[in-house]
Amino acid sequence: MRVLVAMSGGVDSSVAAALMKDAGHEVMGATLKLWSGPGGVAPTSGCCTVSDAEDARRVAAQLDIPYYVLDHTDDFKDGVVDNFVHDYATGRTPNPCIECNRTVKFDRLLARLDDFECDVLVTGHHARSRRIGDRWELLRGEDQAKDQSYVLSMLTQRELERTRFPVGELTKKEVRTVAAGMGMRTANKPESMDICFVGQRDYRGFLKENAPEVFESGVVVDSEGREVATHDGIVGYTVGQRRGLGVAVGEPRFVIKIDSSSSTIVVGGKDELEVKAVQLEKLTWVAGSGADGPVAAQYRAHGEAVAAWISGDELIFVEPQVAIAPGQTIAFYDGDIVLGGALIAAAT
Amino acid sequence: MIYLDHAATTPMRPGVWEAMAPFAADSFGNPSGVHGVSRTAKNALEESREKLAALIGAEPLEIVFTSGGTESDNLAVKGSVLSRTSRRGMVTSAIEHEALLETADFLKRLDFPTAIVGVDSEARVDPEEVAAAVNDETAIVSVMMVNNETGTIEPIANISEAVKAKGPEVLMHTDAVQAFGCESINVDDLGLDLMTISAHKFGGPKGSGILYVRDGTALEPVIHGGGQELGRRSGTHDVAAAVGIATAAELAMADRDRFESEIAKCRDRLEARLTDAFEDTVINTPNQGRSSHHLNVRFPEVRNETLLMLLDQSGVAASAGSACQSGAAEVSHVLEAMGMSPDEARECVRFTFGWTSTLQEADDAADIIIDLVSRLR
Repeated sequence: MRVLVAMSGGVDSSVAAALMKDAGHEVMGATLKLWSGPGGVAPTSGCCTVSDAEDARRVAAQLDIPYYVLDHTDDFKDGVVDNFVHDYATGRTPNPCIECNRTVKFDRLLARLDDFECDVLVTGHHARSRRIGDRWELLRGEDQAKDQSYVLSMLTQRELERTRFPVGELTKKEVRTVAAGMGMRTANKPESMDICFVGQRDYRGFLKENAPEVFESGVVVDSEGREVATHDGIVGYTVGQRRGLGVAVGEPRFVIKIDSSSSTIVVGGKDELEVKAVQLEKLTWVAGSGADGPVAAQYRAHGEAVAAWISGDELIFVEPQVAIAPGQTIAFYDGDIVLGGALIAAAT
Repeated sequence: MIYLDHAATTPMRPGVWEAMAPFAADSFGNPSGVHGVSRTAKNALEESREKLAALIGAEPLEIVFTSGGTESDNLAVKGSVLSRTSRRGMVTSAIEHEALLETADFLKRLDFPTAIVGVDSEARVDPEEVAAAVNDETAIVSVMMVNNETGTIEPIANISEAVKAKGPEVLMHTDAVQAFGCESINVDDLGLDLMTISAHKFGGPKGSGILYVRDGTALEPVIHGGGQELGRRSGTHDVAAAVGIATAAELAMADRDRFESEIAKCRDRLEARLTDAFEDTVINTPNQGRSSHHLNVRFPEVRNETLLMLLDQSGVAASAGSACQSGAAEVSHVLEAMGMSPDEARECVRFTFGWTSTLQEADDAADIIIDLVSRLR
């Protein structure tokens, strides 16, 4: 096959490229240019930076494969950054890395494969896919601790058919061993934690420029609507948060809701934080369609999957869960197999 | 590989490296020294200066050796503006190299008056428009001789004339990086006070350039130090680089006629093949007043990033505008200044021929380009 490896400059995608080359495929590498900061200056921290592109370029040179930087800044701005700002401004919990997968990597980049005359896109995600008959399955990565299938849970047959995740078959340790064995400069590179377009700048600085409304002061109320404190903007608050509420009452209080339209934070006791069900949006099934029934639901990247029941666009937890906020992604599993995914529209 | 990116850089001409080599090893002396090994180096440096001066109709001491085009542009503009206490403004055009546009931006941030003149749809600067932008604050006007992306030849002599008519004391600079070696250049005929040349664009080494500075022109150095180059550019001389640029310049000027005859034919062949193959091909390089070796083409509906990638894999080296630090293609400011939308600019590719180009290469490249463009549609 002729394959395009999306190389972030990290160890996983470096090894993905090496594995594909070893398997005898015609490989080319590409780094996506997704973001340039104020004045067009490329970010220097987080993923997709100049130094990351340089790492990817050097690894590609070592593997003797052609390497390119592809400009997807417009797609990224429209699909990811604007969404991130909008989510923040509306009190939702954004996940820009998942949006980047959804709108940039597995949509716009994938759509260019034909032009590049490539058969498949390869990424360094820790997930596995396999073909059973004429259907593709998506599974958790071999390394359960590093599993990234959660951030891929929006993929369907169309994308899986044209995507490969070679490092998902290895543990992270094995990936690093392969990289070290080849003398790759990325072998011991730490994982990036920053959101690439925010970088080492704090969230507040970024949001002040892009969503100043989240800094408007407002009130903190209890679930009966009684004002218990004031705040300096919803920006500092997430659902489930306990500290820094400025509420001086006896029992512990938690943020249970953020109403961005009135800049109001609602607090309550631990029992009020419990979520029994969530409304779903952008629901997709890996197989193309799904039926109501039991699933294991995971609503955090490295959280446990918990028993739940899907009914239409509602998901009901068997045991109430805490700290679930609109905007979060929720992935559905059957054991290691990813059944599908959705965004949480509302928690009830 | 078919190399069609000569405007980015061109291979060293035979004999240049050999001429430079002695000054890297045996004749290693610092030309500022007082002993034999230094005198050998000093002689080579001054001989190079004389050769270059003769090629552009200048005096030897009007030649300042620099590290290349970018430094020369910076020195020309910043040096002129900073040497004055009044009249500290700059006028330039929207299609200049970043060396000038970023310098203009820098000066603007320091509150020096700057004006950027636009261009027409052929990337051509109007002398009257430049003159109109000149006022009693203007210190220097800078307009390039040949645009690096389209090959548009700018009417430098006319611009100089119009500028001097408006303000006789205004300095006239041109970035002749794309022109030297292909165009006839005489600083008096062009009415120039300052001119930038870069060695690696005509078969010399990278990291070597000159700034022509008309005798009597006040220039504050950008690099202060030991006072080399009559105080205009400090730093120990890179004698090998100076020998390299002078040797390449002589070779290039001796080979100049071939650009008008043979190299232009290669470019014209590719142009004809591409316009014959696709009737919607847009040629951004103007019909008249064009350099001999640039061809900027737009293939509607074909994204240049993809085409360049496939061309690379088919063994054809071409480019699109300039690249950012990470290596991604950027939307060309030149094409935007010509009135193109960013989407249209993303469909433009630049092919540039040079002293090694052949008609066979033009034909082979045409076959490959036509095949790829057809496949991408």
